[in-house]
Amino acid sequence: MKDRIEKRIELKASVARVWRALTDYREFGEWFRVKLDGPFVPGQVARGQITHPGYEHVKWEAVVLKMEPERLFSFTWHPYSIDPKVDYSKEPPTLVEFRLDKTTSGTLLVLTESGFEKVPSDRRADAFRMNDGGWTEQMKNIEKHVAQKS
Amino acid sequence: MAARRQTRAPVFAALGDQTRLALVRKLCGGRPYSISELTHGSKLTRQAITKHLRVLESAGIVHSVRRGRESRFEFDPQPIEGIKQYLDSVSEQWDQALSRLKSFVEE
Repeated sequence: MKDRIEKRIELKASVARVWRALTDYREFGEWFRVKLDGPFVPGQVARGQITHPGYEHVKWEAVVLKMEPERLFSFTWHPYSIDPKVDYSKEPPTLVEFRLDKTTSGTLLVLTESGFEKVPSDRRADAFRMNDGGWTEQMKNIEKHVAQKS
Repeated sequence: MAARRQTRAPVFAALGDQTRLALVRKLCGGRPYSISELTHGSKLTRQAITKHLRVLESAGIVHSVRRGRESRFEFDPQPIEGIKQYLDSVSEQWDQALSRLKSFVEE
């Protein structure tokens, strides 16, 4: 089982164009379907309201980490936090990274979302501490078994 | 979705330990195991194994079934399936968002 999501997509647009679509809060809002309150600033919380049909009641929140022009844009968030009754702030956030590379036809965008395996940082954390890096490998084995069973 | 989400963190946490992963690997073979069977061949004491089994049990990954005087533990694939489905759904959200981004920058 993968503990991260990775997507690679070729875009027929310049790196500068893609960078703007990712990091200008109004442009980001257009395709991501969120109305953000203000610009993205590294180290600061970005807030807004989802505009995706059917999910207009959902607030959007992320902590912007890195903005290296035309190379890397990253933030942490709680993916899929659509139930207003659930306090997602107690769950470990995941890390979203957009990496840009110039190609002959435009831009290669690599998106990764990682950190799904992290455990809540409450006082039980020590008892549940991960052994270094074994998770992904072990989950592969377990997934095989699960797949056979179901 | 919310209910599934609330049970996910404990599942990830329960699996974040080599001993428990080893127990899960053994148990997901299909049949229930007794604590003695699970302790056999392990460096850990019966008590330690029991403690790990309880953590797995509280995350819903194993269930205990009583047979006579002895508890046996059996594997439940559902919580791990839940994690997999969750990752699949997040992945699909990204596919949709990135395809909107593609139209947005290429128009």
